[in-house]
Amino acid sequence: MTLKKNILALRQKKAQVQLGGGEKAIEKQVAMGKMTARDRILNLLDANSFHEYDMFVEHEERNFGMDSKELAGDGVITGTGTIKGAPVCIYAQDFTVMGGSLGLKHARKITKIMDHALKMKMPCIGINDSGGARIQEGIGALAGYGEIFYRNTMASGVIPQISVILGPCAGGAVYSPALTDFVFVVENISKMFITGPNVIETVLGEKISQEDLGGARVHAEITGNAHFYAQTEMECLDQIKELISLIPHSNQEKAARIEPKKPKIRKNIENIIPADPKQPYDVRDIIYTLSDDSKFLEVQELWAPNIVIGFGRMNGETIGFVANQPMYLAGVLDCDASDKAARFIRFCDAFNIPILTLEDMPGYLPGVDQEHAGVIRHGAKLLYAYSEATVPKITVILRKAYGGGYIAMNSRHLGADFMFAWPGAEIAVMGPEGAANIIFRKEIMEAEDQDAMRQQKVQEYIEKFANPFVAASKGYIDAVIEPKETRELVLHALEVSKNKDDHRPYKKHGVPPF
Amino acid sequence: MKKKEVIEMVDFAVTARKYKTQLTNKYKNRKVWVNPNPYEIQSSIPGTVISIAVNEGDLVKEGDHLLILEAMKMQNRIQMPFTARIKKINVSPGDKVPKDTLMIELEAEGEE
Repeated sequence: MTLKKNILALRQKKAQVQLGGGEKAIEKQVAMGKMTARDRILNLLDANSFHEYDMFVEHEERNFGMDSKELAGDGVITGTGTIKGAPVCIYAQDFTVMGGSLGLKHARKITKIMDHALKMKMPCIGINDSGGARIQEGIGALAGYGEIFYRNTMASGVIPQISVILGPCAGGAVYSPALTDFVFVVENISKMFITGPNVIETVLGEKISQEDLGGARVHAEITGNAHFYAQTEMECLDQIKELISLIPHSNQEKAARIEPKKPKIRKNIENIIPADPKQPYDVRDIIYTLSDDSKFLEVQELWAPNIVIGFGRMNGETIGFVANQPMYLAGVLDCDASDKAARFIRFCDAFNIPILTLEDMPGYLPGVDQEHAGVIRHGAKLLYAYSEATVPKITVILRKAYGGGYIAMNSRHLGADFMFAWPGAEIAVMGPEGAANIIFRKEIMEAEDQDAMRQQKVQEYIEKFANPFVAASKGYIDAVIEPKETRELVLHALEVSKNKDDHRPYKKHGVPPF
Repeated sequence: MKKKEVIEMVDFAVTARKYKTQLTNKYKNRKVWVNPNPYEIQSSIPGTVISIAVNEGDLVKEGDHLLILEAMKMQNRIQMPFTARIKKINVSPGDKVPKDTLMIELEAEGEE
């Protein structure tokens, strides 16, 4: 009989905690167009898979009237569950409980579930919706943030870490997402900044809205802090599910293989790329003809669109695609594009995902702003990431591969395992026009019709040097291939790279140009 | 065939060749480089002007104190970069100035 009584008491106690900050606070949360923390978890995880821990954790603050305050779960829900069968650790800050503010116990619940994820080797997903540090706890809150950042760093490259920004995430709080692998944002709901509009206006007199300062679109397009951008919370949760299905649980595993499907798009691959090297096309159309089922999950679609990165499958296995995008800025490399691709390559390498590079790029972006923004050290990240990576690395040169960009885009010289080039590829130290102007300056200057001579010399240069055969004659290109053979050859290259065994000299860690 | 939206392509020069492509918003909004003018004293950090030690028309020696700009709780003394005359003062004590605000304009000492 007592047990029954105890069970009833437990149910009541749980129901109390599950109500978070109470009905009124929930109403307010919903009125802001937001789901509750619990609903977010339940909608993200497989039905009936969520199990919560540390429901009855209480804060220990005694100052500023906090001794009389009871905070359900101390403002954060933590637990484990599955997404399409894949095990995950998850936490969600509950804005209805004292604004989701982070105190020491709140942080310790988070670090506990992170430790669990690291030990059990599964992805950790954090849903952020918090007003920031719990001021009443002072240094306790700062300690809590620090302990989270430390674990983010320890877990980096061991388990995938995902941050979902579904509300405010300001001040020190932003650094946990920044340290994780993928950040998801939602229009009108996500707000991320170090100092908010109030401080900026007080100190500088600059007036700006939260949305314009650190809204979803800003981080998806301008700063590059966000990797996935959605219009609604539900769309965001679907993106997370898709991502989880494409990446491994930890660095000791490979992503789950699924039954391969042929590309849906059967468009003639030869017709996608215009013959004139000055004309653009959408490189994603090439990816769709190569990936299984023509599926491609693009990462950081809006930021630095001059390079395309993302995941697809080939023969049922996850592949990381890196492709220059002639549709934007002619597909040049610049600071942002280098940062974007470099980090993606390091993720793929850390998590055993082979990398397929599709190259069509005219070089680095010229300009004072780029030079002064440090395109040298940013560009170097890309060289570093490709050189360092030991997963299978395959490159297909579609059209242009000039100068430093040719070297940077996973060339043979940086350790590419397979180098393929289409017959129209122009592999050269620079574009034919520029090269002809320098090499044949004397002939052009002395000619009666300078323009005609320049044209002739440019043509001469293209025939002699701006083609794949010079590089192929030196073994830098393994095979010059017909476009329609590309998928079969890449599949074969992946097949024979399965047991790739590549080692790096012993080091504590490298010193990449961060 | 999927209907494609009409996209505006521009000529974009990378070294000697011009490519047809689209520009990103970030590229369009980038800061265009202008040669710095030594006769313009600009704020190198956003902050608040606390006091101004010179008047328009003054001849000020190199290293002399011009104004105090408080930023990040520090009072920065802005000094004269070289001997010159104060042509125009565009700020007053209490003003909050963003970065790169033209605070004081100078002219060569002989000029009127």
